[in-house]
Amino acid sequence: MHGSKIPIWFFVGILLTVYGAMIFGYGLVEVFTGQTASVVLAHLHAPIWWGGLMLALGLFYSVRFRPGRNG
Amino acid sequence: MFASIPAFMAAGSLHAPAALLAFSVTPLAHLSLLDLAVIAIYFGMVIWIGYYLKGQSNTSEEFFMAGREMTAWIAGLSFVSANLGSLELMGWAGSAYQYGILAAHWYWVGAIPAMLFLGMVMMPFYYVCKTHSVPGYLKLRYGQGSSVVAGFSFAFMTVLMSGVNMFSMALVMKVVLGWNMDFSIIVSSLAVAAYVALGGLRSAIFNEVLQFILIWGGALLVPILGLIEAGGWTGFQAKLAHNIQAGLVPAGDYTHMWRSMGHFSDNPMGIHWTGILFGLGFAISFGYWTTDFLVVQRVLAANSLRSARLAPVIGSFFKMAVPFIVILPGLLGLVALTDSNGHLIRLVGENLVTPGSGLHSYNEVLPLMMVRYLGPGLLGLGITALIAGFMSGMAGNVSAFTAVCTYDLYQPLIAKNATDKHLVTFGRVMTVVGVIISIAAAYTVMHAQGIMDYVQALFGFFISPLLGVVLMGMFWKRATKEGGFWGLLLGTLTSIGLWAWVKVDPSALKYVAISPYARDMAENMYRALWAVSVSVIVCLVVSLFTKARPIAELNGLVYGATKLPVEEPVPFYKNEWFWTAIAIVGFLALNIYFW
Repeated sequence: MHGSKIPIWFFVGILLTVYGAMIFGYGLVEVFTGQTASVVLAHLHAPIWWGGLMLALGLFYSVRFRPGRNG
Repeated sequence: MFASIPAFMAAGSLHAPAALLAFSVTPLAHLSLLDLAVIAIYFGMVIWIGYYLKGQSNTSEEFFMAGREMTAWIAGLSFVSANLGSLELMGWAGSAYQYGILAAHWYWVGAIPAMLFLGMVMMPFYYVCKTHSVPGYLKLRYGQGSSVVAGFSFAFMTVLMSGVNMFSMALVMKVVLGWNMDFSIIVSSLAVAAYVALGGLRSAIFNEVLQFILIWGGALLVPILGLIEAGGWTGFQAKLAHNIQAGLVPAGDYTHMWRSMGHFSDNPMGIHWTGILFGLGFAISFGYWTTDFLVVQRVLAANSLRSARLAPVIGSFFKMAVPFIVILPGLLGLVALTDSNGHLIRLVGENLVTPGSGLHSYNEVLPLMMVRYLGPGLLGLGITALIAGFMSGMAGNVSAFTAVCTYDLYQPLIAKNATDKHLVTFGRVMTVVGVIISIAAAYTVMHAQGIMDYVQALFGFFISPLLGVVLMGMFWKRATKEGGFWGLLLGTLTSIGLWAWVKVDPSALKYVAISPYARDMAENMYRALWAVSVSVIVCLVVSLFTKARPIAELNGLVYGATKLPVEEPVPFYKNEWFWTAIAIVGFLALNIYFW
């Protein structure tokens, strides 16, 4: 994105990082406490892998498009 | 799929709009603190973006056109996102549950050819003439009369539709979450007003990209988990066949798109393939995707002609993928939605959902699937996706309304010598005014839901005639000012007349759709086809009897009279024609696979 100091992708990265951390964190709590939400396929621990994926993508975008970094 | 309004409104009366919102009384979902935090963070983020971008929206070019600095990816994602509303998600998921994969026509044949045509054929003219809007193009090509008619109708309908969507969203939040409707309307509209008034189109586009990511992040998990539970696509088909055989699901072909289109009576939508191909695939979708300023504005903000051409092509790939998060969850609901005893839940028509009945309507399939699979945090993300969908649609409406009011109505009619700074101030004020009118429209609809049908029908009246006139102006040098004006006017009157005829005498549908077996869905398609035909024929005939402009005046406006700029050569993988070819192959492959 030209003409702006912070690229949109950085905002995307920040949001994904925060959401990913929250959901991944909740997933960890579920695993360690053994108390899962009463949803179908809870044993697949979707918060762990979905939250983890969001966290990884978010960190990548946050670093790759951090303000002040060229390209 | 039709952005400013949910698809069923623009493309057909798949659901009576008021009936779409007939949900069961008990809230479907209960949010945890984690879910609420997810939603609150989203609102904080969009306001932050608007506040941050305030300093970059000081000139009119920056405020209304985002400085024409958007890359192809940003313009492309924004182009699709402005079209992806929350009612759209829920309405089409419900349609998929009811009618099967036929609903995907509105995402594929009803979008992809038009998007590619916009990028490859029409965009050069919009971009080269440096217009600020579609009515602006009409002014350059046909003069002030057509432009003012198009500007007024667009501004009026856009802001009205924004209000209808706002009301609908508040009602969805009420029935899904039990939220107070005033709270939903005020909070969401204040957020949209704040970030669009602060950062203009740039802020709207930034947020649309963010919302697009959120919609996918929040909704994609549902079909993934649904497919896992169903045993993949093959497992789903086997379970569906079993449910049909057991009488749990009405008989029908839920997984093929074209084979039941041979006759109106062969499919539950009551549509013929000619209506889908020419009515939906041409008259409606080309009208919407190539002349509705709401979506075209996003592409006009691109940083080069190549980006402007590539943006709709990029958007087309995501549009092709949208059925995965909309249609597939609806289909999976046919085999996956069970009660606590493991019995299949059968969703019903809205008219059967009454307080105490314990029944759920088709349109609740997406939230029901979310509640089925998504626990704390993920559910908040799914709900945020719905809210984001609504807000991106509303921001799109408001930013387009502001640009048209300023450039096509205020500047030419009232403030011819306004300074740039004055126009930006007026634009910010109109953003707030647009939101206020939307709120007023939302409350009006709340007290008289019957008018929704009329408002939605009104929107469709202008799209197809506009397409006919724009196409004639862009590709025929002989088209005249008088031809454009009368083509637009008589095309619109044809559309209104046919609509009123069927409204007064429902049996007239057999004449409009040329079949006694046609149903409501077919009416809109054939009405659009008649309207575009009339506008083209009238424009043609009137132009032949009136004086054409000298060809020298048509440079940048008309095919054959325009020398398009030669773009720098790029590697094939950056070339828009290469990606267009890939998109066409993908589009054909999907249609053949699900034939």
